[in-house]
Formats: sequence, structure tokens, C-alpha cells
Amino acid sequence: MISQSRFSKGALAGLFVAAFGVIGGTAYSAEVSTSDSTPSAAKAFTPPAEASMPTDEFGKSIKLGEQIFTHTPEFAGKYVGNPLNCASCHMDAGRKPNSSPLWAAYLLYPAYRSKNGHVNSFAERMQGCFRYSMNGKAPPLGDPVLVALETYAFWLAKGAPVGEKLPGQGYPKLPPPALKADYTRGSQVYAQHCALCHAADGQGQSSGGKAVFPALWGAHSFNWGAGMGEIQNAAGFIKANMPLGLGNTLTDQQAWDVATFMDSQERPQDPRFTGSVEATRAKYHDSPNSMYGEKINGRVLGAP
Amino acid sequence: MSAIATNVSSRCALAMGVVAVVLGFASTARADDMMVGKTIATQGTAKGVAACISCHGAQGEGNAAAGFPRLAGINATYLSEQLSAFANGERKSTIMQPFAKLLSSNGRNAVALYFSSLPPPAGIKAGDSTAITPSNTGAWIATRGRWDQGLPACAQCHGPGGIGVGTAFPPLAGQPAAYIESQLHGWKIGARPPGPMALMPVVVSKLSDTDISAVAAYYAGNVGSSNNAVPVGSKQ
Repeated sequence: MISQSRFSKGALAGLFVAAFGVIGGTAYSAEVSTSDSTPSAAKAFTPPAEASMPTDEFGKSIKLGEQIFTHTPEFAGKYVGNPLNCASCHMDAGRKPNSSPLWAAYLLYPAYRSKNGHVNSFAERMQGCFRYSMNGKAPPLGDPVLVALETYAFWLAKGAPVGEKLPGQGYPKLPPPALKADYTRGSQVYAQHCALCHAADGQGQSSGGKAVFPALWGAHSFNWGAGMGEIQNAAGFIKANMPLGLGNTLTDQQAWDVATFMDSQERPQDPRFTGSVEATRAKYHDSPNSMYGEKINGRVLGAP
Repeated sequence: MSAIATNVSSRCALAMGVVAVVLGFASTARADDMMVGKTIATQGTAKGVAACISCHGAQGEGNAAAGFPRLAGINATYLSEQLSAFANGERKSTIMQPFAKLLSSNGRNAVALYFSSLPPPAGIKAGDSTAITPSNTGAWIATRGRWDQGLPACAQCHGPGGIGVGTAFPPLAGQPAAYIESQLHGWKIGARPPGPMALMPVVVSKLSDTDISAVAAYYAGNVGSSNNAVPVGSKQ
């Protein structure tokens, strides 16, 4: 059923390389107590309480941003190509540490990104979310959707030090797995810990016309250009946040394995597709953390 | 090209024929089960199972005053699993355990199928207000959770407006507040089995008695006909 030749030789060695050079120890959620936090670690930032959200004209934009963030298809429908919400991957409406919280992201822009080779504003960074994670199209700069989202992020970051990488920023960088990450083991982790909600076929579940459990692969999921399609990001997200309400209960090994399984499935084409899977991989996915262009179960991922 | 198309279409036709036959048998069996289920629900059984509707309402709508849950429109797999759990003693209820034990496995499945086929109470909305504030504890826990404690929002699993999702996450909307409260307390004291992935015991460990009352009131109020203080499903 499952091809044994699914990984290129360098892929897993690369996983190890990729996981070095990360900040150790501080990145775990306090949701389930762990012994990983170091006493010297900076205190986690706490965004403003919801109740303190202003109610003036500025506050209305904050609120709109929050609504777009939590109900993206309803409030930004013309820019999305799947039924996911921003909050599908940024839990607690962008507040939760280790779930790429908005307050931490806001502080890190403008920033140079190797992904597109220039300095990106925060708004341009969010355009990428729409284009890749939402499999949609980027709202133009200055569009009310981007303005509201930026306003919401700005408010959440109130009082935080600009330019500093705060504890809880991004997804945790997991240490390399003890065993090579493995698709088959990942499929077993998936069946046991994920399929109840995301369904055995990864297509998630909807109710009342709304996606409740997001599709993890396939036509209704994020596309090949999304950060979550990179195994190290998915592993960190899963470790800290999944299963919902049971974050940090999977082992690092389970997180690496199931992330590898999830990111070894078909999903919508990378919008930067050059016309050739090989060339697109070479240009945008030349990483052991991307399975794009790899042969899995007899099929080349990303092949039209 | 056309040979391939012909081949494909003939194979499709054959497959559709097989499907139609299977569905034909299935629908006959389903209709039979439905009749058995309806009989149990409305008349009880000779072995002493009381008619379900005597407590759960003629349309399976439940009884808010008594805290008897609605069964109408709830997924058959979920209902059947609950009856099995009553029968084997995993789920405690002095009322339900004896009845569930008296039913055969087929009878439990049939009555579950019957109630799942009834329409849910009118006015249940597949959405929550987007104008909820943290001071509204029930609505806030329902729609946002309390993530600084690692508590997910109810809606993240039970769907928009708590209408339920799939076979594992039953509707909360339109259930009597007393029923929701008793079940949440039931997980605290072990009267309900942990359920799928033992998600609910973790959830209730983070809910105070006040939280439980508030969230129960929120979902009991998600029906159009009731006098609820919470504007549900309003969109801006």
C-alpha cells in the first residue's frame, strides 16, 4: 500500500539539519505543564484583554480584524479559496503562544524574507497567507481586509517590544526526531489521534455549511506554497496544539511522524508553479522539509 | 479515445447498477429498522421498555423542565452508542440503564435511527453571534473557550451554534440546560464514560460550576422559539 521509496535519500538527513540552530527549551505551551521551560526565559507576553478592546472607530477596525481572523470565509470571502479560517492555525483568535500568535508576528515586520527575496511589510506577509494558506488571492495593499487584520494585530501587540522575537512566537522548533520521521508510523498516529476530527481521509468535517475541522490535505486545504506544508512547521504546530485541548500530549517523534504523513499528501498546486514540478521544487521547495515533487505511493506530489 | 470513453461509461453503468441494487436492499432494511424503531419509541416493548416519547417528547424534542434530552435529529451512531453505554453500565442513569439493557442491539440501533430521522427543534441556528463579549461567560466559553487554561471553545468541536458535527460530537443546541449541566457534571464524577479520545473529562476539569451553568444556558437558548437573552446567529 505504501511505497518504501517515498523519501529521497537526503530528505531525512536534512530534517536533522533543519532542526538544529533553533531556540531550545522555551517554546512549549504552558497549556500542559512541561519541564522544558527554563527559569531564565523571558516572561511570555500577554496581549490586551478582550474586554479592553476600544469601541471607537479605531476599535471597530480591530473588531473587524478579529472577525475576519475567526470567520475568514464569511468576512473575507472574495480572497479565500478554501473554507479554512486564519484561526484554524493561529489558535485562540491569534492569541495563543506557540500557535504563531499575531502579537508576536506583528513585531517582526518589516522583514527580509528569503521566500520572496525582499523586505516584506506586515501587510505583504499577510497577503502570503491569503495566497497560500487560504489558497485564495492576495487582497491588494490598502484593502480594508488587510487594514483591519493589521489593526487587530497591532492592538494585540500593544506594549510588546518592536523587533524582538518573543517567547511563544511562531511554532515550536522541535528537536530532531530520534528515529527518522516515517510516513507509515505517521499514518498510525493520524488514525489514533487525528482522524476522529479531521476524518480518515484528511478532509475534515463541516456542519451547517461551515468547516469545523479543517481539511488537512486535498482540494479544500492549504496549497503547496503554505508554511504548514513544510514538515518542521507542521510538526511544531501539532506538538503544541493538537489534538485540540490536548496540546503537548504527543511525543516529538509522533509529531514529526504525523506531520510527515500529513505533508506527504496531495494538495492544491503552488501558485508559483513554473510549469514543471522539478523546476518548481528546485526553485521553491528545495528542502528536506518539503515533500513537493517527491514520489509518494507511486505518485509525484504536485504533478498536475 | 472513444473506445476508452465507451469502456469507462459501460463500467460506470455496471457500477451504478450494482450500487442501485445494494441501495435497494439497504433502503428496504432501513425502512424496516425505522418501523421497529418507531414502534419502540412510541409504544415501548412487551419486555417492559417504556415508550421513549413519554419522557423525550412526542417528536423527540425533549423536556426542558425535567431535563430530559432531545433526541430528534441527533446522529444515529451517537444515539446508539449512548444506548450501548447505558446497557453495559459505562454511562450511569437509573432511568435509562434498565431500558437500554432490555433492548437488543438491533432494537437500540433501530430506535436510534428513528430519532435521528426526526427534524431538530425549529429555530436552531448554525452560527453564533459575533458580538459576544467576555462578560457573557457562557457565550464566551462556547465560542472562544479559555485558552490561557487550554480550554477549547465548545463550538470548535460541536460546530457553529452547537449544532453538532459528525458522529462523535453531538448537538448541544436546543438541549435542556439541566441536561447539559448534568452531563458536564457527569464527566466530573465519572457518570459518563470518557468518550472519544477522552476529550470531555479534560474539558470539564477546566470548568467551574458557574461556567457549566452559563454554557448550558447559552446552548439551551439556541432555539428561535425560546425567550433567550443571547442573540444567536446574528450576522453583521
